[in-house]
Amino acid sequence: MTIYLPIAEISVNAFVILGMGAAVGFLSGIFGVGGGFLITPLLIFYNIPPAVAVATGANQVVASSFSGALSHFRRGTLDVKLGLVLLVGGITGAAAGVFIFSFLRTIGQLDLIISLMYVTFLSTIGGLMLWESIRSLLRARANQPVSLRRPGQHNWVHRLPLKMRFKKSKIYLSAIPVVALGFAIGILTSVMGVGGGFIMVPAMIYLLRIPTNVVIGTSLFQIIFVTAFTTVIQATTNQSVDVFLAGLLMVAGVVGAQYGVRAGRMLRGEQLRAGLALLVLGTGVRLGYDLVATPQELYSVAATMVGYQ
Amino acid sequence: MRALLTIAAAALMAAGMLATKASAQSRAPRLDIGISTNVIPITSDFAGEDLIVFGAIDGADPDLLRADFYDVVVTLEGPSLESVVRKKARVFGIWINRSSMRFEPAPLSYSLSSTLPVELIADSIELSDLGIGVQNIHLTPTGAVGDGSSIPEFRNALLRLRTADGLYQRDPIGVEYVSSSLFRATLRLPANVPVGEHKLRAFLFQGGEFVMERELPLSVVKTGLEQFIFEYAHQHSLIYGLFAVLLAMITGWLGSVLFRKD
Repeated sequence: MTIYLPIAEISVNAFVILGMGAAVGFLSGIFGVGGGFLITPLLIFYNIPPAVAVATGANQVVASSFSGALSHFRRGTLDVKLGLVLLVGGITGAAAGVFIFSFLRTIGQLDLIISLMYVTFLSTIGGLMLWESIRSLLRARANQPVSLRRPGQHNWVHRLPLKMRFKKSKIYLSAIPVVALGFAIGILTSVMGVGGGFIMVPAMIYLLRIPTNVVIGTSLFQIIFVTAFTTVIQATTNQSVDVFLAGLLMVAGVVGAQYGVRAGRMLRGEQLRAGLALLVLGTGVRLGYDLVATPQELYSVAATMVGYQ
Repeated sequence: MRALLTIAAAALMAAGMLATKASAQSRAPRLDIGISTNVIPITSDFAGEDLIVFGAIDGADPDLLRADFYDVVVTLEGPSLESVVRKKARVFGIWINRSSMRFEPAPLSYSLSSTLPVELIADSIELSDLGIGVQNIHLTPTGAVGDGSSIPEFRNALLRLRTADGLYQRDPIGVEYVSSSLFRATLRLPANVPVGEHKLRAFLFQGGEFVMERELPLSVVKTGLEQFIFEYAHQHSLIYGLFAVLLAMITGWLGSVLFRKD
């Protein structure tokens, strides 16, 4: 079934898009991530213009993170105060990111920067996560207790001023690293079209030492707002949000995610983290290969808006 | 060889005229074309389309018609926009866009249909003058082009990429005679046909000589919901963005409610 996407201005096979949405939704359900880092490259691979893929990817993540945050809120694993502090940085970062995005698009290096950022972040985070999860898998095999959080162990982050108390997370932490983390993720959201959960979650656990049980819910909470904000800003500055495309992805993604969550319950925590690490690392390596390998086509052509229609 | 052919053609023409004692000796043949609609709608299931153009050659010499002495070329040119061609080069091991060239507005799409491959219809100078054929799409670089030695490579890359995308195409036998003076041309509109004002042009050649040209406007428009969404996204972009977010939230909420087990 072919459908014409009004903003991307191309005809696509609706079942391919639905399939992508469902597959990514399934994986995001298993691993508790938004899936933006998978959907945007897939869309670009399927010839959707990168600008549209990024903006529409952000819109799709609104749906998956809202769905996820709701269930965390019901279960009480969401720290609203911490989420709001993250959000202050997130919104500022997202606004800055959209301008960076527009600028890169005019100088013709948008695709390169998007690819480079994907490769850098996915490979680094994926590598670190894989290393950590292999170690805990080995420890679990040796029957040692597995603990992500090492209480009492503080790093430089905890010596910063402007401390705030976050009751739900049971921590006393400076607002500076929280806002800074939000800001960095905000930029990624608007430039890469990702929610940033795959960076946010490890950073919150390992850098800020926030208890794992509130991390995913809180990260999803702030992702809703940052991706929603990005969607609106992209829609107003670049007119690159395709609601047809986003709608198809969302519906399939939300359904896929539910089955993913069920499948995820059959796996242990360390296995889940190792699986996610492999997924993240694999995507990074694949995109990195495309940057290094000699392309089949050296030229690309783009029409500007100058002319007469 | 070409001179010989021209002489032969002239002789044939003269013979034809003599044979019919043509009263239309002073009258040149005329070309007329017609299309059933001048608006092509892009519907939600648009996957490319064939545009059928009918045409007639009036006042033509019947004997020459019988001898396939007339050739017809029908083209459809899309809206013109400036284009940038970029070339990748390896920098520190990764491939990035290094050099680029900007071309003055040229058709984004070009579809050609003819009775014979155009190279066999007329000589290359004539084709170039009339702008017939993918190779003769006028591409003028703007801005700094250095010594100009790289113009052909960027120009050819643009033509090749658009041809690969199906935006530039030709059908050398797409014009068929229905009767001796009536013809039907089939032009392919690709699935990615640009929206906007297109120009339908038809050229008549008599024995390799250009006789006349006809032109008709044709608009390719988005319709219904697609048109509405596109206009809304551009004219009321804030409301559009908010709507996209609302849609996402409703979908997410429905998902969490419908599948809620606990």
